[in-house]
Amino acid sequence: MRYAETGFQLEVDLSKGSIDKVETDPRDTAMYIGGLGMNLKLLFDRVPPGTDPWSPDNLLIFGNGLLNGTCVPGANRVSVDTIAPLNGFLGHSLMGGFFGAEMKMAGYDRIVIRGEAPDLVYLAIHNDKVEIRDARHLRGKLMDETQTLIKDELNDKRAWVAAIGPAGENRVIMASIDCGNSSAARTVGPVMGAKKLKAIAVRGTKDVYLAHPDKAWEMCSRLRKELDANPNVGDWMATDEDDSFHHNNFSWGNARVRRKTFWSAELEERWRNLKYDHMSRWTGCWNCPKACHNLIQWPNRRRFSYKCYGKDTYHMASFQELDFTFEILPIAMDLGLDSYSTPQVIAFALELLDAGILTEKDFPGMPSDVRQRFYYLLQKIAFREGIGDVLAHGTSGAAAIIGKGAEKFDHNTVKKFEQLPIKLGKLNPAYFLMIATGEEMAITQTEGSFPQDPITDPELKEEFIKNWIAVPDKKFHEWFRQWEKRDQLPDDAMCAICDWNECMHYLDDSLGLCGFVSSFRGQFGGTTGYHVWNMPKVITHVAGIEFDKDRLWEFFQRIRNLARALNNIRGLRRHMERPPDDHWAVRNEEYEQQLLTKYYDFKGWTFDGIPTKETLERLSLGYVAEELIKNGVLTGNEVTALNDIRAKKKE
Amino acid sequence: MDSKRKKTKIVKEIKVDTSKCVGCRACEIACSAFHAVPKFSSVNTARSRIMVVMDEFRDIFVPIRAGDYAQAECNGRNRYVIDGKEYDACTFCPASCPSRDAFKEPDSGLPLKCDMCESVPPLEKPMCVDACTFGALTYEEREEEGAEEEKPGDMEIVFEALVKKHGKKKVMDTFARLSKS
Ligand code: SF4
Ligand code: SF4
Ligand code: SF4
Repeated sequence: MRYAETGFQLEVDLSKGSIDKVETDPRDTAMYIGGLGMNLKLLFDRVPPGTDPWSPDNLLIFGNGLLNGTCVPGANRVSVDTIAPLNGFLGHSLMGGFFGAEMKMAGYDRIVIRGEAPDLVYLAIHNDKVEIRDARHLRGKLMDETQTLIKDELNDKRAWVAAIGPAGENRVIMASIDCGNSSAARTVGPVMGAKKLKAIAVRGTKDVYLAHPDKAWEMCSRLRKELDANPNVGDWMATDEDDSFHHNNFSWGNARVRRKTFWSAELEERWRNLKYDHMSRWTGCWNCPKACHNLIQWPNRRRFSYKCYGKDTYHMASFQELDFTFEILPIAMDLGLDSYSTPQVIAFALELLDAGILTEKDFPGMPSDVRQRFYYLLQKIAFREGIGDVLAHGTSGAAAIIGKGAEKFDHNTVKKFEQLPIKLGKLNPAYFLMIATGEEMAITQTEGSFPQDPITDPELKEEFIKNWIAVPDKKFHEWFRQWEKRDQLPDDAMCAICDWNECMHYLDDSLGLCGFVSSFRGQFGGTTGYHVWNMPKVITHVAGIEFDKDRLWEFFQRIRNLARALNNIRGLRRHMERPPDDHWAVRNEEYEQQLLTKYYDFKGWTFDGIPTKETLERLSLGYVAEELIKNGVLTGNEVTALNDIRAKKKE
Repeated sequence: MDSKRKKTKIVKEIKVDTSKCVGCRACEIACSAFHAVPKFSSVNTARSRIMVVMDEFRDIFVPIRAGDYAQAECNGRNRYVIDGKEYDACTFCPASCPSRDAFKEPDSGLPLKCDMCESVPPLEKPMCVDACTFGALTYEEREEEGAEEEKPGDMEIVFEALVKKHGKKKVMDTFARLSKS
């Protein structure tokens, strides 16, 4: 008997047209848990280095978090993973909502897609009945329409459909996979398009078992009430209309202009009315007492929902106001374009036009009004027409194709992936490490447990520390106590902070917990819903697997190193680990490199940022070390970074 | 008239405020877990006696509790048009009926009906109401005059359905055979 998980994964090869329901080994669950952890293992085992990410041999995996579909509140994230065509490294995204729970009730812990269909298809899953169905009549269909048409076709309104829009079909790098109010972006959409898979519809009516029924239910009911009452979890942007934080601190346009005094009381009042005059309600995700999505009905648009910073990206990229985001979001979503990278790519293109690197000829028929220009470029990109065909590669890819100095305007990417448009003054060492080395691609997927800023008032500080039970070790209390200035903490503290932040995301993404009730929310107020002290009990009661804090931490280290090895074997090395040059105005190359060396050492990695053989073996990843040696990535004799002669030379 | 001789009954009511529903389905989860055997041993929203009809982009969020078993499809139906979209006549119907899958045990096809979470000792409030942290479901008990109505229990509903499906004779034969073994 398997608890919380079903013990089965669905393996579909679209080239062969084969569908297999494969029983998994519970020993793998103990080692890799589920979600991201299991996906990493599958990618490492089954996609050999050198595989072209666009090719049929790449995998696209929808991995349910271990706790999805159970009574654990806030557990609903599906980790969607692949090798990203963007940069050849791990492509990782998370989808909330209801898809994961439905997949569990249909009997599957994950869906593993391989191959490439001869023509557009969709996958229809109803418990054991799984079909690959013709989707040629859905070609070019918008996101909302696709989901509705498939539900009608299957005559099942309670099915959940994860689909791509025209942008995904056309392999646009910024394409997303959407299911209802939830979306998986960050380079997984184009892979679905490359596989000619328009959608996956899933419906399930099977039981998901709980290992210790009374204890599990009692604990989860309590947690639900705690999360409900806790103002520090969920999305503050759902109800707090003071969004001066993003508008005054983040950069507008192509991550270019800071408007430090943009926000005002008048603006806030106006935008508040704009929102609530058009808002239908808040909506949530499976089994979560927070409701983060704002459901908006804008004139002449289909109703849509947005969450968090998705409220800002389009109007900040275009120097407009909130009404522009409300009118463009439903159009962009229907085309299947994300709201994170796409606005940056469009702003980048318009900047190139201003700079004369691109000319009017590249934009035939483009209106002069900036709003209309955004619509124009959305269409061009989604259907890969003209300049849109170039921009479909993302900022970095497009800059490389355009040349003529366009590369200089690609100033906000790390390993080719767009970052949050933040351009600050003084270097923040912990953030330097997170942005440089994070395998989960974006800072929002790495930061979150340790506060962003110190508290200066001694009383408030002590009060904070008293309630801050989430820390894995008392030493974090001490560091917080001595912390006065943002950039000033000992290097070993910076390393440990980065490590803990990262740890919580890897745990969430494997368990299925939403970052908004866990990994992302500790930094604001300290009282996050889940932490290393209560997670083991949840896992034990619900999934019946004995865990304690140390085992959980070891699990994190295992999959963290697996992610690193997956990328190392595909060429990831130290020189690529650089935040954008202008991320901070004041930089110190020597200090940064020393810090990076210390962090690699802390992680048990070599001077080049590769886990040593010993590190891997200690985490039962001997097979990974062997692969790295076989592929010439390691010799097996390496030492950790600080013991490397190159580190010593610099001292 | 001697009012004391009039019987009173407790009317249990769940008030649904659809405007507060966010579609989290915690009510469905709680109901299915509570009715699992053993209690809380599984989650399966298809076994829930409450179902949230959800169509986010049309702003439809309607929790519906399973009502009585209908032996046959009804011959007159309502068509709802909400916000310009026309809904299938059965969308908002609480009945477990032969024309659709809703409110039926997924394995046996036997009808499901909300039992107000009757249990010994009684719960303070029904599971779905307790799970709804958004105030979309609230529980009320009030006394009402009038004779206590005889309502069919769970067992009767199940037997009625079996009789309808297989005929009285077959059910009785099976029952007789099972009780001997
Ligand atoms: S916290 Fe918000 S985004 Fe996260 S699961 Fe809950 S409703 Fe969804
Ligand atoms: S009252 Fe009890 S049986 Fe009825 S729908 Fe709610 S949880 Fe289910
Ligand atoms: S628990 Fe409440 S808010 Fe959530 S779906 Fe049910 S009725 Fe709606």
